[in-house]
Order: sequence, then C-alpha cells, then structure tokens
Amino acid sequence: MSRSDVLVDADWAEAHIGEPGVVIVEVDEDTSAYDKGHIPTAVKIDWKKDLQDPVRRDFVDKTGFEALLSERGISNDDTVLLYGGNNNWFAAYAYWYFRLYGHDKVLLLDGGRKKWELDSRELTKDVPQRPRTSYTATEQDASLRALRDEVIAAIGKRNLVDVRSPDEFTGRLLAPAHLPQEQAQRAGHIPTARNVPWSKAANEDGTFRSDDELRSLYQDEAALDFSRDTIAYCRIGERSAHTWFVLHELLGLPNVKNYDGSWTEYGSLVGVPIELGEAR
Amino acid sequence: MSAGDGCGAPAGGVSVSAATGTLVDQAVVEGRVTREGTPVSTGYARLLGTGDEFVAEVPLGDDGGFRFFAAPGSWTLRVLAPNGLRAERSVEADHGQVTKVEVAL
Repeated sequence: MSRSDVLVDADWAEAHIGEPGVVIVEVDEDTSAYDKGHIPTAVKIDWKKDLQDPVRRDFVDKTGFEALLSERGISNDDTVLLYGGNNNWFAAYAYWYFRLYGHDKVLLLDGGRKKWELDSRELTKDVPQRPRTSYTATEQDASLRALRDEVIAAIGKRNLVDVRSPDEFTGRLLAPAHLPQEQAQRAGHIPTARNVPWSKAANEDGTFRSDDELRSLYQDEAALDFSRDTIAYCRIGERSAHTWFVLHELLGLPNVKNYDGSWTEYGSLVGVPIELGEAR
Repeated sequence: MSAGDGCGAPAGGVSVSAATGTLVDQAVVEGRVTREGTPVSTGYARLLGTGDEFVAEVPLGDDGGFRFFAAPGSWTLRVLAPNGLRAERSVEADHGQVTKVEVAL
C-alpha cells in the first residue's frame, strides 16, 4: 500500500464529485460545520451521535455500523472519501473505523475541510438524498485496536506514541487548549511513551508531510524502533487515529494499533503507573 | 455538544460559560478577526508555543471569533484565511484572566 492508495488531494476530490461508486463523507464532532456548507454531494457522519454507542463507552457495534452505512446510502462496493475539520482528526478516526469493519475502499482527503476552505473551493448546503443500501460489515479487525490491558502490558515493551500536545504529555494540561481543562482524573502520560504530537505530522494547511519527513520525524527525532509493534494514543482516540493513519497507512508499518480509550480512560484507571514531565 | 466531551473545535471555540469549573482555573485567550471592519468567518486561529510548537486550532466563528483555554504563559497566535491571508500576534495568558486579541487582516 502506498500514499496514493489511501490519500487523495482536493483536485482528485473535485474531479470525482457525483461520480457513481464514490461517496464523499464529512466527519465531524461538531456537525454544524457540515450544515453551514460542505463539499457538493457529501453526506455527513456525526462522530459522536453516529459512531459512538449511546449507552456504553464504546463505538457502535457491527450491526450499528451496518445500519448507519445502509441508512447513509453507502454500499460495500463504494469508494468512500472521508474528510473533516480539526485537520482531519475525526475523518482519520472514521477511516480507522471503516478499516476495522472491513471496508477497504476508503480514502482520506489530504488537508480535509481546512485546505478546501483555504483554497476557496465550492461548498454547498444541499443535502444529497442517497437511496438506502444493505451494507454488510465484517467482524472488527482486532489487529488495529488496542484495549487497556494490552496497553498496560506494552509498557517498556512496545512503542507507545502519545500524540497529544507537549503540555498534555507532561501533565500541565488535561485537554487540548481549545477546550476547557477537565476529563481524566490524573494528568501525565503512560510510562515509556514518546511524545510525538499529531501536529508534527501535518503541514499548516492540514495536509500530511512527505513520507521522508514523516519517517525522519518518528525514526530519527522520536527514536521509535520501527521493528517493534506500536500503539498510538491521545485523549479520546481521534488524534491518535491521525497518527495511526500516518504510521500504518502512509509509512506502511505492519503492527500499529490505535488505543481509542486513550488518556480519558488510562488517566482515570486506579493503580496504573503514570509519569509526569518530559519523556524519560 | 457539551463542552469538553471530546476534542472537536467548534467554530469560535467553546464558550467560557460552557467551561466546567470557574474562570479562576482557566487561562483564556480570545478575540476576533476582521478585514476592513468585517468579521472574517472563514479561517483558522492557531495557538503556538515556544519554537512555533503547535498547541491548538479553532475555525473562526461567524463573528470572526476564536477562544482558547491555554496554560499560563507566552503564546503566539496565528490566523490563516483564504487567499493566503495571515497574521501573527504575541499573547500572554494567565489563570483567571481573559486575554483579548483583535486581529485585522
């Protein structure tokens, strides 16, 4: 798999608007952005309402995913092009999620909503009506998702990549600086984790840096051992999906998992080790 | 969305009143972006730390507004807008304070 198999630019997206077999999907947490204007023909997925279980802390199960995609008019054969705000955090999360449930024909729009807006490309408020489909998902691919016990067992043994900001990593902040400071019971990071903020993988316009730059970032600057398995985490698993995309999809590392429980789970567990300050 | 449930950046940023706790706990940086007196509603505000280290970003609100909940200290605010428009300001944040920044592109 190479970059061109998983990532397309805005020109590609523009050229494929309305093409049968290509479904453009905007994924956001705050979907008011979609409502104010989106790429023509794009349908929306609400990261919280559509992708998270309303009761348990988990994402929707296979049946729920099938129901969602069927209702949105997405079929198993469609190529799904994902994009969103927040430098594609939630779109990357959705990408990871589509792959978890076995949808391989999925692409990410480089730069997401931000680059599209900064380029002054067309946005519309028209909401497309897609006929209902009968989507069939596979069982979750467990090789892509890390749960808490696996994370604890990985301390000192695998690469743990904490992709939050340095202030969250060291324990100065509990959340990104555009949000009130709350959530996990304790601040800090998982022992032995390296801090490689997701933002280092992106250019200012939201596009991903080149493969060479990315390889240098993780291998040379962060001294990650590419021969080891890797788990990425952040606060709720969407920024780390962005880094999972970089490591697994762009750089082609074979064993990379996203820990979607992330710091809101780990930082509230009783009895687990936590480190404060810089990486040791 | 309730504030802080996730990591999304609502346009303009989360309102101070939606923040849990009190403002005493928060170091807020907020402001508005205008061009020739008109709010710039399409664009992004980025908060950068030492060495241009990325900290956070929000899309501008309909009124050109943005808001960050920072740690106390010195920050750089960078604004990006279509047609290559950009601006940069140095800002200081402190607990219990709302630092106001007006940016004219």
